[in-house]
Amino acid sequence: MEIKIDENGYYGEFGGAYIPELLHPNIEELKNNYLKISADPEFQEEFKALLKDYVGRPTPLYLAKRLSEKHGAKIYLKREDLNHTGAHKINNAIGQALLAKRLGKKKIIAETGAGQHGVATATACALLDLPCKVFMGEKDMVRQKPNVERMRILGAEVIPATSGSKTLKDATNEAMRYWINNPDDTHYIIGSVVGPHPFPDMVTRFQSVISEEMMAQLQEQEGTNAPDYVVACVGGGSNAAGAFYHYLNNEKVKLVAVEAAGHGLDSGETAATTARGSSGVLHGFKTLLMQSEDGQVTEPYSISAGLDYPGIGPLHAHLYASKRGIFKYVTDKEAMDAGVELSKLEGIIPAVETAHALAALDQFEFKKDDILVINLSGRGDKDLQTYINFGNY
Amino acid sequence: MKNRIEHIFQQKDKEKLTIYFTAGYPNLEDTSTILKALDKADVDIIEIGMPYSDPLADGPVIQQSSMKALSNGMNLNKLFEQLAEMRKITDKPVFLMGYCNNVLKFGTEKFCRKCAEVGVDGLILPDMPMHEFKLQFKPIFEKYNLKNVFLVTPKTAEERIREVDAQEGGFIYMVSSSSTTGGSWGDSPERLDYLTRIQAMDLKTPRMVGFGISDNKALSMVNKYADGGIIGSAFIKALDEDDLEASVESFIIKMRERR
Repeated sequence: MEIKIDENGYYGEFGGAYIPELLHPNIEELKNNYLKISADPEFQEEFKALLKDYVGRPTPLYLAKRLSEKHGAKIYLKREDLNHTGAHKINNAIGQALLAKRLGKKKIIAETGAGQHGVATATACALLDLPCKVFMGEKDMVRQKPNVERMRILGAEVIPATSGSKTLKDATNEAMRYWINNPDDTHYIIGSVVGPHPFPDMVTRFQSVISEEMMAQLQEQEGTNAPDYVVACVGGGSNAAGAFYHYLNNEKVKLVAVEAAGHGLDSGETAATTARGSSGVLHGFKTLLMQSEDGQVTEPYSISAGLDYPGIGPLHAHLYASKRGIFKYVTDKEAMDAGVELSKLEGIIPAVETAHALAALDQFEFKKDDILVINLSGRGDKDLQTYINFGNY
Repeated sequence: MKNRIEHIFQQKDKEKLTIYFTAGYPNLEDTSTILKALDKADVDIIEIGMPYSDPLADGPVIQQSSMKALSNGMNLNKLFEQLAEMRKITDKPVFLMGYCNNVLKFGTEKFCRKCAEVGVDGLILPDMPMHEFKLQFKPIFEKYNLKNVFLVTPKTAEERIREVDAQEGGFIYMVSSSSTTGGSWGDSPERLDYLTRIQAMDLKTPRMVGFGISDNKALSMVNKYADGGIIGSAFIKALDEDDLEASVESFIIKMRERR
């Protein structure tokens, strides 16, 4: 089985472009140009130079000795938390901002949940001199206040999304509506591998620098370019898509996607889409979706604002449906405990999103020689208050 | 059997008025009352909105009416129950407007069968991709004699407009400008250019203009260049919970003052 996207933007049965006609010209423009522009040698040169000198790539692949001892396997951490702005989100934000410039767009909009994508977009826009509006759920603005202020300092306008659950889903709705109303000079930088085609593919490609580096670094450190496991958390799924990309069709590599179970899969307060969702359409693409019997999108819940999304990217839905991916579910408490544990074992405070990936290790029995790479997608500075509120450290 | 929508456009008077309302708003059981009032006011086409939690193409007024309808308890089963006697109330063409997810979750075949049972003439699903329509939906829609209305906007390319025309969706929904529903209306040169450009294309499918038509001045203008206008947000704003029938009647009279 080969995992790839088809010309209409489908991974298996998931993906496509279910968009109002109002967005059709924008999406067509993007679809017709994104591969051409991003493959252009001049684009690549500028993108790679910024990733190296501005973002700080390549990020290290760090052998976490004490964590390895605990789980009885060789565990590497791909240190996306060391990127400028503190998460993997900057890879895609810079890629899309450069692309937008080449499309002749003058303004940028974005949505954000935990604020990391918003900060990354605000940063890329400051760097490239593009005015920027970031839509953020009112509730997320409260729980991720430091990131709101960071965006403002960077010159972005943060617009509260006040509809629905006032979280990421609604911020995405508001950003899309804004795009519909301002189609000519504005590009919408979607921050995860979601949205109408070509966004999931475009974001995956910009994030694939993660697995590209992993291959080279593992080759150097282990004499093989492929680990036994790649583990990543999944909200929409951009860090996971980037970490999986070069291994999608290498079936020796187990791809582990970790979703937020919130208060538990059966609690009614969860964001574990593959466990509790069914096939549906949201934000312009077909995927697995948490919804009522009547097709109304239900409000997800997670302690992590970045995983609090009722769907997953179409690539991940396909990995789940085709069984190519191994999906695991981690509660708030398990994630917080794992975040505190990594802090004490390795001196790294991870983002609460990333802590979910770490907590999933307890659900495996590894062999001593197994090589794991956990994508450490972001750092925990923004989540300090969540850690303080949780206590237990 | 001829679809009701084909029949209505064969009548001489081209100034067709379509009214949109959200099912279950302002109160859960208001659907029949509004249908009766619209029939009495002799509107030409009725659009019933199926409320959805994430309506991307809609502005604040329709969004809020959808949220209220959902919190009132509206759902598709309830709507079809309410519409069971619809054809005793009105013989106007009736379209359901909503988003793909509700139809997919309900089951496309089951949804279309229910539409046929209650006498719905067609669907308007703004996020329905042409590609998926042809591939999956068209045969089912045809089986149940349902039209599928596609939208075009000032930015839709001529080739695509021709493709929409070829689908024979009952009418073409011309979105007045690049905006969500309930936007403002101004007699801009761009709008006039759009209306005249599409008019000159000599399409075989009738054209109705919607989004942002909130008064009879705007309606009169679209009547000159298309087969009629569609009013949604302005109608919803005008609904008076305390006297629904009177508020519907006075709104339609006001809209038609210059006809």
